[in-house]
Amino acid sequence: MNVYLDNNATTIVDPQVFAEMEPYFVQKYGNPNSLHAFASDTHPGIKAGMEKIYVGINAPREDSVVITSCATESNNWVLKSIYFEFILTGKKNHIMVSEVEHPSVITTAKFLEGLGCKVTYLPINHEGIVDVQSVRDNITDKTALVSVMWANNETGAIFPVEEIGAICKEHDVAFHTDAVQAIGKIPVDVQSFNVDYLTFSAHKFHGPKGVGALYIKKGRELLPLLHGGAQMGGYRSGTLNVAGIVGMGKAMEAAVEALEYEMTAIRKLRDSFEDELLKIEDTFVVTPREKRTPNTILISFRGIEGEAMLWDLNRAGIGASTGSACASEDLEANSVMDAIGAAEDLAHTAIRFSLSRYTTQEELDYALRAVQAAVIRLRGISSSYAYTPKGHVSGLAEHH
Amino acid sequence: MGIDSLIGGTIWDEYSNKVTNLMNNPQNMGEITEEDAEKMYAKLIVADFGAESCGDAVRLYWAVDPKTDTIIESKFKSFGCGTAIASSDTMAELCKGKTVDEAVKITNIDVEFAMRDHADTPAVPPQKMHCSVMAYDVIKKAAAQYKGVDINSFEQEVIVCECARISLSTLQEVIRLNDLTTVEQITDYTKAGAFCKSCIRPGGHEVKDVYLVDLLDEYEKEKLAGKASLGNAGTGMGDFASMTIVQRIKAVDKVVDENIRQMLVMDGGDMEILDIKENGENFDIYIRYLGSCSGCASSSTGTLFAIENILKEKLSDKIRVLPL
Repeated sequence: MNVYLDNNATTIVDPQVFAEMEPYFVQKYGNPNSLHAFASDTHPGIKAGMEKIYVGINAPREDSVVITSCATESNNWVLKSIYFEFILTGKKNHIMVSEVEHPSVITTAKFLEGLGCKVTYLPINHEGIVDVQSVRDNITDKTALVSVMWANNETGAIFPVEEIGAICKEHDVAFHTDAVQAIGKIPVDVQSFNVDYLTFSAHKFHGPKGVGALYIKKGRELLPLLHGGAQMGGYRSGTLNVAGIVGMGKAMEAAVEALEYEMTAIRKLRDSFEDELLKIEDTFVVTPREKRTPNTILISFRGIEGEAMLWDLNRAGIGASTGSACASEDLEANSVMDAIGAAEDLAHTAIRFSLSRYTTQEELDYALRAVQAAVIRLRGISSSYAYTPKGHVSGLAEHH
Repeated sequence: MGIDSLIGGTIWDEYSNKVTNLMNNPQNMGEITEEDAEKMYAKLIVADFGAESCGDAVRLYWAVDPKTDTIIESKFKSFGCGTAIASSDTMAELCKGKTVDEAVKITNIDVEFAMRDHADTPAVPPQKMHCSVMAYDVIKKAAAQYKGVDINSFEQEVIVCECARISLSTLQEVIRLNDLTTVEQITDYTKAGAFCKSCIRPGGHEVKDVYLVDLLDEYEKEKLAGKASLGNAGTGMGDFASMTIVQRIKAVDKVVDENIRQMLVMDGGDMEILDIKENGENFDIYIRYLGSCSGCASSSTGTLFAIENILKEKLSDKIRVLPL
């Protein structure tokens, strides 16, 4: 049996979404900006797609939802354009981002820091949630932007974007939120709180890869990152990804429809799976369930290095994830585990299971058995979870 | 960059079949108890290296025959990823039947080499070389325990890049001889810094006493002070010109063994000396590349210059190296 439990990384494309996109490859392939019927054939699809996207996040018609190539582009765009307009010109000198943002925000912030921009990295608390007080404490009249994700990709922790948005409004500072992990999992309404820029990406909610978007509130204009043929109102040049827009629109519509199911049925599946996982000895979960997106579990298995766990799960046909050391290029520990100051011996033991509306009870039953088997095998190999010979004092033995 | 870097892929794609098989079914995983050791009339040694907080840790068990110092049985346990488990398993295997003194000579490079499916294809991706270093370190620790000596007594020189086992003196020499100014150049010449990258600058996976950037700084300062001597270090081992042909071959072999071979072996290659001929006032050393060195683009450029420069520095500035 193959079980996909890595839906925070990407999702299966909804077959309905795929079906709606299909005509835009071989039949309606015109460049929307040309002056002929081949072009105008694409216009109804683009219009319908855009309308659905607007409805999905409840964006007013006078605001902009600009289609990009991915969330990474959207995030880069906000930070770099703010830099060009406010920091480079000397009007402001400071931005703030949470310390557990996605690399597309963190790495960009570090790049701008190298160019002379002051950057505050907002800390998270022991539950993995960004500390609102630190926003209040660090905001100044020279702050150009605050960027805090809506939900964390690793833990699923939902961040207090409403409160942070309110603080930003008080100080007239632009507020950006990366909502990649929020769409389709919790209600996202850009009119329900103060937000100026909001990032999302189709492939995280059963749409195609290669299509992202940036919501821009009216009055918070943004310099373009990609200059060229002035598509997307001049905000973002480049021939429109027609099939992508159609697909994102349909995916958004389906995600909104399925939101209730996601928040009740999927949450229930997740909770019972988590209950079973926690019955395994020496397992730990960081963020309390009610403060998380309904589909995500980040769990540590003491004594088992994360990549080793993924290895065994993969052999059983299960796709999960770890941000931990050995699985990545730079050998760094899981950033959230580091940031919350988890016990040092747990930093490399976190595994993420992320469900979707396609996940079934049967799949989770199978996954649970595979996890149990992997835990027994890998703890048997582990030097830090083992019988210690008499008289042998080990530094590693102190952990249990 | 190039297409391979652009396509990317996952580190698992780069594991050899041996690594995969050992991760799935480690052969020497387990413990040796006091009772087990007693039955073998052996002394039990248990050594730990690494820590969970660093992402990998290993425990090595040896049953050593006190009369012959031979390792009769060798087992491991490991907290770590697949390559850490496979490296530890291979290391435990390599220890078996060796004396403690022989085991100490096993390096991470031997461990990695033993896990290769083909002699010229690395068993693990560069950043995973780190795991085999841990396997090497734990042997030293076990041997130190057995012999009751300090672990540092096994290391004759300061190793800066542990993955590629490049020493401080080799690095200093290569930097000066070739007037290197960037980390990339050092990596091209020696392989140092090509693997887990901890030795390049502070902030990597491991804390080091000295980093590659420090060595470049040091050389830069020397140059500014006008002290650096570029490539005319003269003879290091007596007068090459007055040696007999046998002495010359031995001297060249020694330099190759001590200073050159390790960087070739890292790439799955090697070299041999074919002949040394006097040519006017010059000495022409004919060599042949072996393994993956033959046909490698840098075998006629960077690698060749590095070999020639080291021989010039150690033996005679009249040496020319000619690959066949």
